[in-house]
Amino acid sequence: MNRGPSLPPRRRVWSWRSEAFRGLVFQVVAVALIGFGVWYLAQNTLANMHARGIQSGFDFMKQPAGFDIGETLFHYDALDPYWKAFLVGVANTLRVAIVGVIVATLLGAAIGIGRFSRNAIVRGLCYAYVELFRNVPVLIQLLMWYLFFTDWLPPMLDAPSLAGLFYVSKAGFSFPVPVWTHAHALAGIGLVIGIAAAFAYRRWARRRFEATGQVRSLILAPIGIVIGFAVLGWLAGGAPTAWSIPKPQGFVMEGGASATPEFVAVLLGLVFYTAAFISEVVRAGIASVAHGQVEAAGSLGLSRTHAMRLVILPQALRVIIPPLTNQYLNLTKNSSLAVAIGYPDVVSIANTALNQTGRAVECIAIIMLVYLTTSLSTSAVMNWYNRRAAIKER
Amino acid sequence: MAAVFTPIHPRPAPVRTSGPVAWVRANLFANKASTVATLAFLALALWLVPPLASWAVVHAVLRPDADACQAARGTGACWGVITEKWRFIVFGRYPFESQWRPEVATLLLLGLVVVSCIRAFWKPWLAVIWVAVIPAFFVLMGGGYLGLDKVPTDLWGGLPLTVMLATFGIAFAFPLAVLVALGRRSHLPAIRSLCIVYVELIRGVPLISVLFMASFLFPLFLPVGKSPDVLVRVLVGITLFAGAYLAEIVRGGLQAIPTGQVEAARTLGLGYWQTQRKVVLPQALALVVPGIMNSFIAIFKDTSLVTIVSLYELTGALNLALNSDANWRPFKIEGYFFIVLVYFAFCFAMSRYSLWIERRLGASRQR
Amino acid sequence: MPDPIIVFDKVNKWYGDDFHVLRDIDLQVPPGERIVICGPSGSGKSTLIRCINRLEEHQQGRVVVDGIELADDVKAIERVRKQVGMVFQQFNLFPHLSVIDNLTLSPMWVGKMPKKEAEERAMEQLKRVRIAEQANKFPLQLSGGQQQRVAIARALCLKPKIMLFDEPTSALDPEMIKEVLDVIVELASQGITMLCVTHEMGFAKAVANRVIFMDQGQIVEENNPHDFFDHPKSERTRDFLSKILGH
Repeated sequence: MNRGPSLPPRRRVWSWRSEAFRGLVFQVVAVALIGFGVWYLAQNTLANMHARGIQSGFDFMKQPAGFDIGETLFHYDALDPYWKAFLVGVANTLRVAIVGVIVATLLGAAIGIGRFSRNAIVRGLCYAYVELFRNVPVLIQLLMWYLFFTDWLPPMLDAPSLAGLFYVSKAGFSFPVPVWTHAHALAGIGLVIGIAAAFAYRRWARRRFEATGQVRSLILAPIGIVIGFAVLGWLAGGAPTAWSIPKPQGFVMEGGASATPEFVAVLLGLVFYTAAFISEVVRAGIASVAHGQVEAAGSLGLSRTHAMRLVILPQALRVIIPPLTNQYLNLTKNSSLAVAIGYPDVVSIANTALNQTGRAVECIAIIMLVYLTTSLSTSAVMNWYNRRAAIKER
Repeated sequence: MAAVFTPIHPRPAPVRTSGPVAWVRANLFANKASTVATLAFLALALWLVPPLASWAVVHAVLRPDADACQAARGTGACWGVITEKWRFIVFGRYPFESQWRPEVATLLLLGLVVVSCIRAFWKPWLAVIWVAVIPAFFVLMGGGYLGLDKVPTDLWGGLPLTVMLATFGIAFAFPLAVLVALGRRSHLPAIRSLCIVYVELIRGVPLISVLFMASFLFPLFLPVGKSPDVLVRVLVGITLFAGAYLAEIVRGGLQAIPTGQVEAARTLGLGYWQTQRKVVLPQALALVVPGIMNSFIAIFKDTSLVTIVSLYELTGALNLALNSDANWRPFKIEGYFFIVLVYFAFCFAMSRYSLWIERRLGASRQR
Repeated sequence: MPDPIIVFDKVNKWYGDDFHVLRDIDLQVPPGERIVICGPSGSGKSTLIRCINRLEEHQQGRVVVDGIELADDVKAIERVRKQVGMVFQQFNLFPHLSVIDNLTLSPMWVGKMPKKEAEERAMEQLKRVRIAEQANKFPLQLSGGQQQRVAIARALCLKPKIMLFDEPTSALDPEMIKEVLDVIVELASQGITMLCVTHEMGFAKAVANRVIFMDQGQIVEENNPHDFFDHPKSERTRDFLSKILGH
């Protein structure tokens, strides 16, 4: 009978010598400690709030806010409830963040590429820019831009203008806007159709390229298509050409649209600061592509443009995109400093609400929730992209 | 084919590629685009530099004379505001006669930071010095002992406050960061989750919200009646904030240590904590010192935010100095340039130092 | 005698102002010839072959490839590069593209071939280097020897008249050197003009019509393999051979 060597019976060891047991005890102790800590803090908080007569709960959100907001994306007045005020704040934060991200990316990419220029003056200026704007705190940059707008620029009456169309003054930056008619709505629809058509064209051009080897323009033509459809829409609406031109009338700018000095100061401060960091990310990404890749592409007969598009850029972008999104998140978080200038972003509004209602826990929780949502969703998208684009290895 | 081999001696190149002329040709006029750019920038410089120089240097007022500054408004910079107010900006409301104390205290901290990056000083007594410096700093600044006058914390301000918040923020955050980094790599799910929640929560929100939390919520967390110092609250906030970022940096260093190291330690019979202390952490920390320096520079810049929660570091001190003095208030821009200079000098020097450290630490690992 | 397909006429090159890396190089390569270039490191052998597809620029003298002179004319350089294939020491495969995409890149974008035709040609070359089954893998998933064979197939997809090999086996583990050399030997028997910088002297004996020894930027000696190895003319050649054939 084959039984093999006799082994001692298996026993589950519940003693200090078992690693699993120790781990369990450790975790239970840690969780208990943290739990006790949280309970203790919560007790104190409730006691303090009771002592100071502060109520808790989010029901205050339905009450009228009682304060005006300097700039809003949609209609709001002091009688609207708090939750609407917070929504205005979120909209303002997103407004400056999105515009800031776009402009900072363009500026940062240009400077990052400029570090590789053959011209020493371009290289030197780009390096100087990066070192200057990276080493000064962003709050100070914001405050200086704001001071520039409120102190140095002339008041509206003496405002300098470009061709009578653009005005820069203490009241902000004013520019002409077209008078909105249904033609512009049609142009907007045309734009959307144009984008879809451009995608379809790209797919068709790709397939033709693979079938016959003839290269069709993949960048200029789609852009032309998008613009063409937008123009078609505008024509269909009667091709209106009326513009609303800003004209200073006393203390108010009649006509046109204005960007407040607060918005412009926050935007410029964030853009110049973040562009310095973005340029470093772009520079590192381009430098990360080994020189051998460039040589191999050249030895295969690829032109410089093709080598850049097919070999260098795809590899560089994989290195650039993760830290780039990190910079986007930093820009969004830094927009919270707008509270120092009076730009009504979500932190500024929460601060006002906090001071008015005393509900510190609730207001701070809202701030953190807004930013956490942004950060975590961006991280999730970034992780998905990373997994998809990762260079496959053994 | 040559029957006899005659060696050819090296000759110099026909067209020189080094020297000033060659450098100018290659770097400024290499091709059409480069030439155009060079000429355009020269034209721009000729247009901008003379008026700038005229404002900043030629017609500038250096004397602390408010009337002269007013007279020169528009044509010349008023650097006199700095001559008049720099001590207030740099030291805040700290009593005038005792300002040597924050000076010494700041130099002490900075010297400690500089020294701590050099590998030769990584001995146990360095940790002892760090622990000893903390009370020494508070005694020097706060007084009340050793015959020094008492100076309450709300009079502390300016550059010493900035240096103190950054240095102590990083110093207190460091042990926390090491624990959190180790916890994040732990196999125990509860520990790992707690650490992940802490890191992702803090990194996902702006520093201002953490400062608000520290400023408004911290007093609520303590038993009724106790109200901690503003400075303490802000320091706690900065420590929590720095801890999350440092934890990620330390974790990066831990990940870079090959698993073979831990395996070797286990085969030698070392337990978990012994392995971490003797084998993993010493190697990991050498890798993370540049990252810690970068965090220090970032936190140094971020301390400018404490002005929003009413602590008077450089920016706050500037506003305090000028807002209340109608004579000098119009010259805020010059004041801001001064602060920009101070921050730039510090941060640039620290980042250069960090690069030097990185190269030195890296060199020891190259064959 | 047919016109030489590669001509070096009194070619001189400097790195910087003082490093005279190629000194008065005169070389003529008839079509179909297979040349092995050897020499100590720093002798300029890689620089020499890199001048043939303009990865390096010479400062004096003339380099003419397939009747086209290499100078500043960008169009001429592109025409030359379509006729010259190169295999690098570090393989330089594009890691973000699959093996088959690495091979079809140039035929599609430079040769304006339809995708199907390019892929057929790619599979043909992959079969030639005996690695067809890895067509859909990515370069970093393959071993060093496999990557180098893919690199050879990629260069062959251009159907070049000339193949340049810059120390193709120097970055490989010893057990993978043979598989790559076998592929090059097979290529050699098919009439393509080859210049190979290598230290593998057994390979040189098997494949080369001519062996060139370079030292300090100059061609010291050139001869057919038999006479080169057995009756070296110059003292320097003897010295070099004793060092590398000794072990």
